[in-house]
Amino acid sequence: MSRHISEQYDSELESLRRLLMEMGGLVERQLSTATRGFVTHDTGLAEEVLAVETEVNRLELAIDDECVHIIARRQPAARDLRLLIGIMKAGTDLERVGDEACKIARITALTAAFPIPENGYAGVQNMRDLVIRMLNTTLDAFARLDLDAAYEVIAADADVDAGFVAIDRALLREIAERSDYVERSVNTVWTARALERIGDHAKNISEYIVYVIRGRDVRHPGSVRS
Amino acid sequence: MQQPGDDPLRYHASVPDAAAGPGADQDGESAACLEVRGLSLSYGDVAALRNISLTVPRHRVTAFIGPSGCGKSTLLRCFNRLNDLIDGVRVSGSIALNGMEIHSREVDVAELRRRVGMVFQRPNPFPKSVYDNVAYGLRLQRGMPKSELDDRVEWSLKSAALWDEVRNRLNESALELSGGQQQRLMIARAIAVQPDVLLLDEPASALDPISTLRIEELIHQLRTDYTIAIVTHNMQQAARVSDYTAFLHLGELVEFGNTDGMFLNPSKRQTEDYITGRYG
Repeated sequence: MSRHISEQYDSELESLRRLLMEMGGLVERQLSTATRGFVTHDTGLAEEVLAVETEVNRLELAIDDECVHIIARRQPAARDLRLLIGIMKAGTDLERVGDEACKIARITALTAAFPIPENGYAGVQNMRDLVIRMLNTTLDAFARLDLDAAYEVIAADADVDAGFVAIDRALLREIAERSDYVERSVNTVWTARALERIGDHAKNISEYIVYVIRGRDVRHPGSVRS
Repeated sequence: MQQPGDDPLRYHASVPDAAAGPGADQDGESAACLEVRGLSLSYGDVAALRNISLTVPRHRVTAFIGPSGCGKSTLLRCFNRLNDLIDGVRVSGSIALNGMEIHSREVDVAELRRRVGMVFQRPNPFPKSVYDNVAYGLRLQRGMPKSELDDRVEWSLKSAALWDEVRNRLNESALELSGGQQQRLMIARAIAVQPDVLLLDEPASALDPISTLRIEELIHQLRTDYTIAIVTHNMQQAARVSDYTAFLHLGELVEFGNTDGMFLNPSKRQTEDYITGRYG
């Protein structure tokens, strides 16, 4: 990609990209720690996740603030404008990933009193692996503006959705059969639901990457656009 | 019934195929006003325009952007044959105004320039009154009664959003007006003779931001009645005022399309680099 005549403009965009990557890294750690805490009933890990929520929120505000300043000062067009819109929207999705990680952390605190199930939350662990890979790939794709990787993430969301449906069905059966673990089962469904939402956010971010690179809005295929 | 000889510029009055232009609507409302095909122009041995083909849709604003020396003002001046006044200019290719080739021998160049009015970068009022500046072109059409002349001057000044500011200053020298007012006076002078096309060559580049916004608002209003072609160095201005944008570079038309697309997702790398301020 060629450089702007204004070096200052390049450095402003670069600093914005760094902020998004910093936020992405923090949220990745939140997700990884929260899910590890959940499957091991480790409330200490859950507390670690909640402790960085403020920092994630601060980064979202900083990204929005910087985007607004660049729009006001530079009146960006074409790919620059699409990049700024993409970064602003990705920041919002990342913050929501952080919220979902915090939700899992809070659920961990409620579930820790129960024994860990015999299967060691195999379904949740499977979803976690998929979702962590999606988030990691989408952040890499944003950093490198890699279209193929973005499409890979968009396609992977279906596997996460299928994982959630499988857990939901299995736990409904468990709830019907074992009334002593209803609370644990419900919390597990909520955790799986949070992971499914995180998959959606990773997919959203990949859709923004397609928009940044190609200028095509691939969200909601089939919907009527004005 | 109109005879061909009565109106050389409407001799071939058929409007070209609406689909030929980027802005051609199904209903034909924005069918071609100016059709440029294979246009090249050189000053002596120096080529200024190379094989330009594009369609300027009727009653739309078309902006021409590009770096200095890209040929955008030269192209604009082709539309009313203003380049004919420069020694050593050679033009090839064709330009049709409402279907009539403007280089054809039947064309009366003075009539062409009435049909294709022009406003320049710096306002150039005659050292006459506000009224006389607007009435100047009308008086060349002999036989217009004074009452009709008054009406046309008022109508032109109103159309140029200047009437309220000058209605009590019609007999004052136009040179007493502010720069922004003078430029709107130039637009009033151009539209007084009821042209089909208005060519604006960087009309706001010498104006302050408020006067610039007034000119931009005026352009927006005038597009209902006129086809407007504007050359501007200010890309945000092109994005704000135009329906279509043409990007020229080194005398060639690089890209031409609707303005939203050009500024959000241009198809050519060269266009993208120019409008985002990149090089290399």
